[in-house]
Amino acid sequence: MTTTTPTRRVGTTTPAHRANTPVRGRRSPLASVALHLTLITASVIAVFPVLWVLLTSLKPAEFAITTDFVKETTLENYTNLLRDTPFLTWFGNSLLVASLTTVVGVFISATTGYAVSRFRFPGKRGLMWTLLITQMFPVAVLIVPIYNIMSSMGLLNEPAGLVITYLTIAVPFCAWMMKGFFDTIPREIDESGYVDGLTPFGTFWRLILPLAKPGIAVTAFYSFITAWGEVAYASAFMVGDENLTLAGGLQKFVNQYGAQWGPMAAASVLIAVPAALVFLFAQRHLVTGMSAGAVKG
Amino acid sequence: MAVDTPSQSVAKAAGDSVARGRSRGTGKPRGAAKRSLSTHWYAWAMVAPVIVVIAVIIGYPLIRGIYLSLTDANERNVARSIGVNEIPATYEFVGLDNYTEALTGSQFLATLGWTLVWTVSCVALTFALGLALANILNRKIAGRSAYRLMLILPWAVPGFVSVFAWRFLYNQDNGLLNKILAGGGIDAVPWLNDPTWAKFSVILVNVWLGVPFMMVALLGGLQSIPSEMYEAAEMDGANAWQRFRHITMPGLRSVSTTVILLSTIWTFNMFPVIFLLTRGGPGEATQILVTQAYKFSFEVSPRDFAQSSTWGVLILVLLMLFAAVYRRVLRKQGEVW
Repeated sequence: MTTTTPTRRVGTTTPAHRANTPVRGRRSPLASVALHLTLITASVIAVFPVLWVLLTSLKPAEFAITTDFVKETTLENYTNLLRDTPFLTWFGNSLLVASLTTVVGVFISATTGYAVSRFRFPGKRGLMWTLLITQMFPVAVLIVPIYNIMSSMGLLNEPAGLVITYLTIAVPFCAWMMKGFFDTIPREIDESGYVDGLTPFGTFWRLILPLAKPGIAVTAFYSFITAWGEVAYASAFMVGDENLTLAGGLQKFVNQYGAQWGPMAAASVLIAVPAALVFLFAQRHLVTGMSAGAVKG
Repeated sequence: MAVDTPSQSVAKAAGDSVARGRSRGTGKPRGAAKRSLSTHWYAWAMVAPVIVVIAVIIGYPLIRGIYLSLTDANERNVARSIGVNEIPATYEFVGLDNYTEALTGSQFLATLGWTLVWTVSCVALTFALGLALANILNRKIAGRSAYRLMLILPWAVPGFVSVFAWRFLYNQDNGLLNKILAGGGIDAVPWLNDPTWAKFSVILVNVWLGVPFMMVALLGGLQSIPSEMYEAAEMDGANAWQRFRHITMPGLRSVSTTVILLSTIWTFNMFPVIFLLTRGGPGEATQILVTQAYKFSFEVSPRDFAQSSTWGVLILVLLMLFAAVYRRVLRKQGEVW
């Protein structure tokens, strides 16, 4: 893929009149068509599997495996799901775990990222390495020891146990992102805070955090998605209908009722909706946040 | 939780000589050592929660995992309680036997081979596609935000939901993909039931899942390249390929190195896609190291904790080697982090 028009930064504050300066390099209509075709193809591939599940969930269960796009549209899959299964309980559990993970995760990543970005302290390099290495250790092998720790602390079947575990997955990446993000905020701002007599923590809380909203949006999104969609720990740590999260519940659903595609599809749609909402909320910031975070590595 | 006590010491940033503003009323000159100590105190307070959580949840299990990999622990000889009876552990220390067994046996090496194929192809494909799409989305084009929204969707939908959707599409008898092929007069493809097709299918799904992350990261990188550079290059008569080669690629260096490192690690340890799509089957065809290690711990009888831990430690060693080599290569090219 090559560039034929000078690319513009989105969201720069240059006046719009300057934006049309170059007269050379206008795109030919043919090139435009090619670009749109590429994007349309990619979008269809990206959206289709999800759309297909949505369409399936709206067909009567017995037609789930037919390939008609629409067939006797009905909401019966949804009503059956909500009436006959503990779906809402699982949903509540997932929501609780994911929200807690997001709030605590964002807070911890932000403080860590800030400390690593602003202060030189003994152990800093080691900490950055540790954060990277924790990403490397396979879940599959940690599960048994973590299970034992949780059971000795009495945290099995408790949302807190899952939240703590998810923090270990989400925080390392988020802290890296936040560090990169804070690196782009000028230090003069911190210094002005000190001059006004703020403590380092006060500076961080009152001056820097409000400036780091895009970075926070990215980390919140990442933490939420991580916790919302995690399968392995959720299945291992939570037992009993009333404690399951959605990931665990859905598995049970498959085993218990065979592969009933219709209700499964309905459940999938209901699971995808909150994730998509969080995503909509965060996506305006995703690009800027990611660039700032990843640029500095 | 970070500590928020109003401390009297105000850590001054190096180089700020005259403190204007309100007098702080202490009037005592502070030594550099003391000042650095107070700064460190803040830094440590801020990172403490992470350290504690990582130490307890990752550190201890890691050490325990390394220890187990040096024993012959399995379900039958670990400490367990049956009813009220506590049965003490009877497993023994066997030194490096598990490692020699893994590294000389065919299973580990075969699994490692497929894991490498899986990782390299997934990362290469996601990066190439993400780069292409990011470049298109970075231009003035009608409906750009709508396209971007649709393209990020696979990342926004929980993984297990997407995997379920794909299983549905791949279904050999009733899946949409085979229905479409049948419409074109082509025989049904055993997407998940034939070893080679299954490998192809899991890579396809993982690429589908991974492109949005790459695309967003690279799009962010592209937007941080000043457009003046492109304009200047165009004035100097650089063609599109030259502009891409000499402005875009160097401008994306730092983002690329980070996302490639991260996505390599993630793909290498990608548990849910394989586990939910094929369970490592057919046979053990799509089993990567992580899913196989999980299988030793949970799905074979007796559950083989020692072998599972051994594989886990080997995975960690491999990834650490990779990260170290990767960094060294980057450093040679003048990239430092």
